[in-house]
Amino acid sequence: MHATLSMLLTQGGGHEAAGGGTFEPFFPGLVVLLPLVGFAVNGVLALRHAKASAAAVRAGGELELDGPSGRPATHTLPSFVGPGVILLAFLLTLVNFTRMLGAGLEEPAVVHYWTWMATSTFSVAAAVQLDPLSLVMMMVVTGVGFLIHVFSVGYMKDDPGYPRYFAYLNLFVFFMLVLVMGSSYGLMFVGWEGVGLCSYLLIGYWFSDKEKADAGKKAFIVNRIGDFGFLVAMFLLFVTFRTLDFVPVFRDAPETLAYGGGLVTAITLFFFLGATGKSAQIPLYIWLPDAMAGPTPVSALIHAATMVTAGVYMVARSSLLFALSPVGSATVATVGVLTALLAATIALRQNDIKKVLAYSTVSQLGYMFVGVGVGAYAAGIFHLMTHAFFKALLFLGSGAVIHSMHHALHHTHSHADAQDMRNMGGLKQFMPITWVVMWIATLAIAGVWPFAGFFSKDEIIWQIAAFGGAEHAPYPGLYTFIWVLALITAMLTAFYMTRLMVMTFHGTNRTGAHEARHLHEAPPVMWVPLAVLAVLSVFGGWVNVPAAIQESFLGGMGALPMSEWLHHFFEPVTATAHEIQLANLGEVAHHAPFGGGEVAWAVVSTVLALAIVLASTRIVGGWTVKPAAEDAEPVGFAKVLYHKWYVDELYDAVIVQPLLKVSRFSWKVVDAGIVDGSVNAVGYLARGLGWFGSLFQTGTVNTYAFILSLGVLVILGAVIF
Amino acid sequence: MITPAMVLSAILFVVGTFGVLVRRNAIIMFLCIELQLNAVNLAFVALSRIWGIEGQVFVFFVMTVAAAEAAVGLAIIISIFRHYETVNVDNFNLLKW
Repeated sequence: MHATLSMLLTQGGGHEAAGGGTFEPFFPGLVVLLPLVGFAVNGVLALRHAKASAAAVRAGGELELDGPSGRPATHTLPSFVGPGVILLAFLLTLVNFTRMLGAGLEEPAVVHYWTWMATSTFSVAAAVQLDPLSLVMMMVVTGVGFLIHVFSVGYMKDDPGYPRYFAYLNLFVFFMLVLVMGSSYGLMFVGWEGVGLCSYLLIGYWFSDKEKADAGKKAFIVNRIGDFGFLVAMFLLFVTFRTLDFVPVFRDAPETLAYGGGLVTAITLFFFLGATGKSAQIPLYIWLPDAMAGPTPVSALIHAATMVTAGVYMVARSSLLFALSPVGSATVATVGVLTALLAATIALRQNDIKKVLAYSTVSQLGYMFVGVGVGAYAAGIFHLMTHAFFKALLFLGSGAVIHSMHHALHHTHSHADAQDMRNMGGLKQFMPITWVVMWIATLAIAGVWPFAGFFSKDEIIWQIAAFGGAEHAPYPGLYTFIWVLALITAMLTAFYMTRLMVMTFHGTNRTGAHEARHLHEAPPVMWVPLAVLAVLSVFGGWVNVPAAIQESFLGGMGALPMSEWLHHFFEPVTATAHEIQLANLGEVAHHAPFGGGEVAWAVVSTVLALAIVLASTRIVGGWTVKPAAEDAEPVGFAKVLYHKWYVDELYDAVIVQPLLKVSRFSWKVVDAGIVDGSVNAVGYLARGLGWFGSLFQTGTVNTYAFILSLGVLVILGAVIF
Repeated sequence: MITPAMVLSAILFVVGTFGVLVRRNAIIMFLCIELQLNAVNLAFVALSRIWGIEGQVFVFFVMTVAAAEAAVGLAIIISIFRHYETVNVDNFNLLKW
């Protein structure tokens, strides 16, 4: 154990780089270890609190958090330990990041700690891999994660399970870091399963509410289906390469796997099945909206900013495999855009503020998959990053709103739904800071220039057109179709987000006069993280401004500081994939399917987005929204959208009910009837034979003597004759 | 000379067997068992004329065992009689399922 610890604390050797200096990893093991330490500390506090609470209940009372002696240590320490370890991890990541900026890294830096599993043919090392991709993911996970931890301090401070909450949250960050830093598919799978576990624990955090516990189970079960795909893909990789480590797999893949071959297609499709589970794509997206049962900061961290993007990370990490499989890539892009469109249409008619954001997340994840599906791996990760900023901001902002609404409703003992936008309205006068930052995030997600989302979303849409127009592009018509759907989705996004803003913050207040007096702005511990995220949502997109846009008026004629920085930063990771693409598909196009270049379409999309935002503020502002209790069921097509295209009902009828019937058949007929029946029959047979035999035992001596004599006669007869 | 002895032995044995099977009085059944044993003894003695002395030796063993059996059996019957005040075996049928 001591040796292990000291190994974790070592820096790891230097890695020679071709250009520039040498990249020296700076305590990468500690980055992973710190959240685990936080989990251990908070976990112990949670257990202590549980014991104290149980003792209080046994004594006939209830544990008061705000007793005469102030809050117990179990509810004050996590405020420092929880965010503290993540902050340290973030600072360590930052050091690694700046070091990598200074060094031109050609090969990923793998820091090996110990061999985790070793057999003669199979071995998985506990090793972390540092390269541009994992570092950007680490920055997002620890950076956004830290802000959300801080927000949670304010949001969750009165919750009895406070230490348990931070224990789970720290554990989640630990597993997420294992996922993005692991140097092999094996370790990635450990993180993959671990974040699924934490997601389950946090969705069902308020487990005494059956609906919420069920939502946790749903997420877990749906994710298992995807994990099956991930596992099969790993098996296929292993039988092909005899290893799961990234470096040898990606080194050998171009020679071993034929371009467009059946094996690589199978591997990519199975990996993508895993991604549809974790990243909520058709057909496995149904768990994510239900996952909103968890605390809102959890929705922000796990179900918007980090965990659900694991699938995108995995596809980007496996970019080489996906580049080798045009069928796999086309599937990714098609499923991505269909999910984006479907989720966006559902979001149009949802009234729960978190449900709108949940479907918006599904939709934006679809965009990311379209990006990585058309070979724009940097663009996909770019959108992942900006989305982490503005979607975390939106969720935390909605958390601030719900927090305020909940307090107001609690004061008046109202049972109205604190998350239903129909019960809100006109909140901007009570919560001006939240209002401003939420608008920034809305403009960012809608793709309005110069907010972060504009650059990332526009790049993806442009890359679809460019990829579809490549010389030897497979299925060119398909990519035109995807491109059109992506544009339509962008417009829907602008509409439903504006609807959310207007229904929540504008118009007349619908909370009721008594409740309105208790509405308040979020405390600083909550709005400061919001402000930081708002700054990132504005400027976060500037790290990857396409050259064409930078030189045009949209880039301030070259005034924006960095051009395609992220794109170049990712080159060591994506270079081989791009070579394969270039060799097989040829140069990408420089004009969209219907003419026009990158700048032209960027202008069109941002003008459209802004126009839709402005128009829908007017349109939605003109609606008369009634509080939830008085509102009528929507009719016609709106009803279909309100009921989410009845997909849950469809799955229930097609999968759940038949499965239940088969299970019931197996239980009642096969198990209880045939299996138990045959065992019982043997028992009954033995009993019957025994009963028959007992008839001879009359207890009368003469009978015994008679039978004895008879037996002797029979034996004698047999001997003689 | 052997044949009449064997016939007598057979008759005695069958009488003894029927006695055991049809009588209910424990003492009578006991006597019938003795009759069977002695029928066999007779056969042993008779056949020892042909096969040698072993048959006669065997008779002594049978008589010894029969004496021991009579001692134990009579003791049991007396003890049963003390308990039930009868020696009718129809009353002794507790040893069953």
